[in-house]
Amino acid sequence: MEFSELIRTGQAQAELLRGPEMPPLRGTLCVTGHHLLLSPGPQATPDLWLLLLRSVDSIEKRVAGDAGTITLRCKDLRVLQLDIEGVEATLDIARSIEALSSLESVITSFPFFYRPKGLRLGESWHFHPPERYYKRVARETRAWRLSEANEDFSLCPSYPRAVIVPRTVDDDALARSARFRQGGRFPVLSYYHAPSGTVLLRSSQPLTGPQKRRCAEDEELLQAVLAGARPGARGFIVDTRSAQAAKQARMTGGGTEAKSAYPGWKRLHRPLERGRPLQESFVHLVEACGDLEQSMDRWLSRLDGCHWLSHVKAALSTACLAAQGMEWEGACILVHGAEGTDSTLLVTSLAQLILDPLSRTMAGFQELIEREWIQHEAPIFLLFLDCVWQLGRQFPLSLEFGEGMLLALFDHSYASPFGTFLCNSEKERCLCEVRTRTHSLWSGLNQPKEQRKLRNPLYAPNPLAIWPSVEPQSLRLWQGLFLRWTHPPEPSEVAWEKVWQIATDQEKTEGSQPTDSASEPQP
Amino acid sequence: MEHIRTPKVENVRLVDGISSKKAALGTLYLTATHVIFVENAPDTRKETWILHSQISTIEKQATTATGCPLLVRCKNFQLLQLVIPQERDCHDVYISLLRLARPVKYEELYCFSFNPKLDREEREQGWMLIDLSEEYKRMGLPNNYWQLSDVNRDYRVCDSYPTQLYVPKSATAHIIVGSSKFRSRRRFPALSYYYKDNHVSICRSSQPLSGFSARCLEDEQMLQAIRKASPGSDFIYVVDTRPKLNAMANRAAGKGYENEDNYSNIKFQFIGIENIHVMRNSLQKMLEVCELKSPSMSDFLWGLENSGWLRHIKAIMDAGIFIAKAVSEEGASVLVHCSDGWDRTAQACSVAGLLLDPHYRTLKGFMVLIEKDWISFGHKFNHRYGNLDGDPREISPVIDQFIECVWQLMEQFPCAFEFNERFLIHIQHHIYSCQFGNFLCNSQKERQELKIQERTYSLWAHLWKNRGDYLNPLFRDDPSQTQGTLHLPTMPCNFMYKFWSGMYNRFEKGLQPRQSVTDYLMAVKEETQQLEEELEALEERLERIQKVQLNRTQVKSKQSEPSKHSGFSTSDNSTANTPQDYSGNMKSFPSRSPSQGDEDSALILTQDNLKSSDPDLSANSDQESGVEDLSCRSPSGGECVPGEDSGKDRDSDEAVFLTA
Repeated sequence: MEFSELIRTGQAQAELLRGPEMPPLRGTLCVTGHHLLLSPGPQATPDLWLLLLRSVDSIEKRVAGDAGTITLRCKDLRVLQLDIEGVEATLDIARSIEALSSLESVITSFPFFYRPKGLRLGESWHFHPPERYYKRVARETRAWRLSEANEDFSLCPSYPRAVIVPRTVDDDALARSARFRQGGRFPVLSYYHAPSGTVLLRSSQPLTGPQKRRCAEDEELLQAVLAGARPGARGFIVDTRSAQAAKQARMTGGGTEAKSAYPGWKRLHRPLERGRPLQESFVHLVEACGDLEQSMDRWLSRLDGCHWLSHVKAALSTACLAAQGMEWEGACILVHGAEGTDSTLLVTSLAQLILDPLSRTMAGFQELIEREWIQHEAPIFLLFLDCVWQLGRQFPLSLEFGEGMLLALFDHSYASPFGTFLCNSEKERCLCEVRTRTHSLWSGLNQPKEQRKLRNPLYAPNPLAIWPSVEPQSLRLWQGLFLRWTHPPEPSEVAWEKVWQIATDQEKTEGSQPTDSASEPQP
Repeated sequence: MEHIRTPKVENVRLVDGISSKKAALGTLYLTATHVIFVENAPDTRKETWILHSQISTIEKQATTATGCPLLVRCKNFQLLQLVIPQERDCHDVYISLLRLARPVKYEELYCFSFNPKLDREEREQGWMLIDLSEEYKRMGLPNNYWQLSDVNRDYRVCDSYPTQLYVPKSATAHIIVGSSKFRSRRRFPALSYYYKDNHVSICRSSQPLSGFSARCLEDEQMLQAIRKASPGSDFIYVVDTRPKLNAMANRAAGKGYENEDNYSNIKFQFIGIENIHVMRNSLQKMLEVCELKSPSMSDFLWGLENSGWLRHIKAIMDAGIFIAKAVSEEGASVLVHCSDGWDRTAQACSVAGLLLDPHYRTLKGFMVLIEKDWISFGHKFNHRYGNLDGDPREISPVIDQFIECVWQLMEQFPCAFEFNERFLIHIQHHIYSCQFGNFLCNSQKERQELKIQERTYSLWAHLWKNRGDYLNPLFRDDPSQTQGTLHLPTMPCNFMYKFWSGMYNRFEKGLQPRQSVTDYLMAVKEETQQLEEELEALEERLERIQKVQLNRTQVKSKQSEPSKHSGFSTSDNSTANTPQDYSGNMKSFPSRSPSQGDEDSALILTQDNLKSSDPDLSANSDQESGVEDLSCRSPSGGECVPGEDSGKDRDSDEAVFLTA
């Protein structure tokens, strides 16, 4: 398929309105295979404006007289208005944008064409391979081993080729356990907590069904986890659904672990929202934040009505519970919901940030995202970023990355020139040859010129767990994200610049002592 | 002393704050000025000091098996529960505190016994730190249009106004006196702020006694004089900060608002800030929300909205923004009033000043602003903040709201203010503490009669002395950032109004961010400065050494300097590692609750006076605050610079970090 078939008109004269604080930008509007660009003409060349078409969420067109208006709502929450000369041109451009922005095919997406100067293809895809982390755990604990049972993705298409499992469980048992779990996501290690010797596991729900089926190998696997931690160790299964929802899941073939079948394990239900309700919550919040007519009288109840902050609170509380179970109770924790691909990952990745100082470094955080997250273009990933932002607000010195990093991840999760967030599973990524044909996001973000935006100059390694407050008074609306296009960003940008200035002044006076922060996690 | 029925009760248990589950056993002391609780725990002997004047309400609760609980709510938003074993003791403490918290004479207040061990000269100098005549000079007054009037000499015209007032040159004594007779409490229009860029003014007054139809020629002339004093503008705004309905209701009582037809060239505008009774109830409702135990997000947001508190804050901000825009953008003078012109008017004028003039966003300028718009113009501190026993219907958090407006602006403009949040919190604390004389009484006249300056100390001098604690490291004092008006977004900005947990939940340390950017940056800045000085000294020395051609080994001294960049990060780690109750009502992990070690208390009983002047320390609440207090104090004293010990700590932490 050729992009040119979808582009009905190449060019038009247009004016981009950029909100009340900025003057409109006039120029020639062009639609290309992946971009919408506005070139102000030869006299003012540097002021080129560019939008990746994939980030267009919805498009509205209006024509009146001999001109038209296109309103683009973008996935990064921007709303853009383009006034275009000519009715035909307006309609053609709108149709072209509609067609190009809704292309499904992965391999025609921009990352497969993006070839920036200074970056070599294939570079830095090996910055954070999960295998390295798993090997380290296997080496340290002796209770765990790396298995290649999923080499051909036959056990679980959404797991990587190498997974880490209890040493005493063989690959056949894994295969049986995989068949007993939805989507084949059998319990695997997510994080090893060295101070307590306990582990964090994740999986999907067991397929007990209405007959309350059992699977001996699955039970063995969880038994082996406890035995590997220490004799007599206990475990908690944090089910991210309500007890009732978990029970109901039996009707559709799912379910949850029966108490009698998994001695030593205790189940806790912490319902977390996901999927459609979470998406709606997000949409409502974005609407509320963009509603400039909203009066102060009803703003807080409207904010409450969106439920987004309640979801933040619930996610952080559950992650804290899991982390507390490991650090204070010395227990192993298994987290799952139904598919084990959304709220499960939210809990496991937040729990690691709370417990693990390494995951709070720039490199460790990138590795965490590589290892834990599958679907990035989903509100659950944004909820994760929001929770991390809340952690950063309560512990402003303990994360090596700043708000800019979280915003960048948000932007790239929806539309990116890099390939890191493409596809929804390891299997798909292999099929599309993402690693050899696109650039890694980390290679882009780890360039020196990006550091001032992404890194937190206040960072000082904090070897302890960071326990956030989850009371409503301590949680805030993430203005930097939700109000980023309606609020002038200058005051906070100036503040960030000032923070950097103070921090770098100190480094200068201290001599050319390099910061050790950009280094990778210690092996 | 005669009010203290029992000076000491043993085996009292103290539950500090809402979220605290742990009760500390100790001894309760009642002194003439403080309630003091000393923990029994021999290693800490932690002390909690509460000034009587901070006590807002005392509630006797139902007796339980463990004793009689007494709930003490403070005006600085601290909440304490004392469980006293014996009913009789509890009753004695209750009766004593009821009386001690409501003094009837000024002489009973703490400031008359507080002695920071300064000599007379130092005290007098302290009072001279903030000088309003200097402030009017800074505004560019007197000039061709404005003059200092002595019409209120000896408070002859208006007893709640200062004696030194600026009025338009063309306003004769006859006009002023005539106008004053047509205004509530004779508070005639007088200058609050002069905006020299546009040669326009912000004036303030009380409401006119217009009733349904009354007029006053002198009052009309007075407003005319104000307009003429800014020749570039052909009208002035009259801003009535009350809701229109309230203003209309006042007409029935022979008061009211200006009729545009009677005054030449005024534009009349209502803003709609509610009265003191609405504000008192609103705060009460908000504090009830703050006291909820583990509220859900909905409980909290709905409760906050129902309290109306943030809506009221926004109304005050709107008034300030309206005035600031009129002055800076339209170049029009503004006369501001409400009913008596001492509550809402003070709020609106001072918010406008803060937006317009970068000087008021500095440490000293902010003191000047409060001195000018609040203290000198007769804001009724005694009545509003209940310093002496009085009509509870007079109490209202008027200046608290102003202080919150400042905080809301600081959140919006992190680099625009020279001072930090702690500065605001400490000022709020001392408005109620009565430890310094500044906020005593209801007017300048009363303060003069009481000879406040001879008998008490000034808060401003105290704050200025400790200014290192109050600086905002992000403050940009370069002209482009700080000069001129703060520009708020033109669109409605509801989102910018946030709940101020640092104030209303300030004693719930668990709810606050666990690490302070401000303290960290201040420490870094201070260290950088020291290093620069060291470097300079070393360079000088090197130069000398090279001149004398000495052996180069002496240069090595640089390397033996104490290690840098140490100690900042360690202070927070201990607080970071205190998890909370995440399990909700379900007892998921019944085996044990996180044990928490207590920090040393730096307080010693005998150091009463000096120590308790620091609100953080006097209210030394729990082990977490201990750490924050220490860190917040380090930038002030030179000797508190992170030393070798903290450096070692960090090394050991790093060792842990590396092995992890």
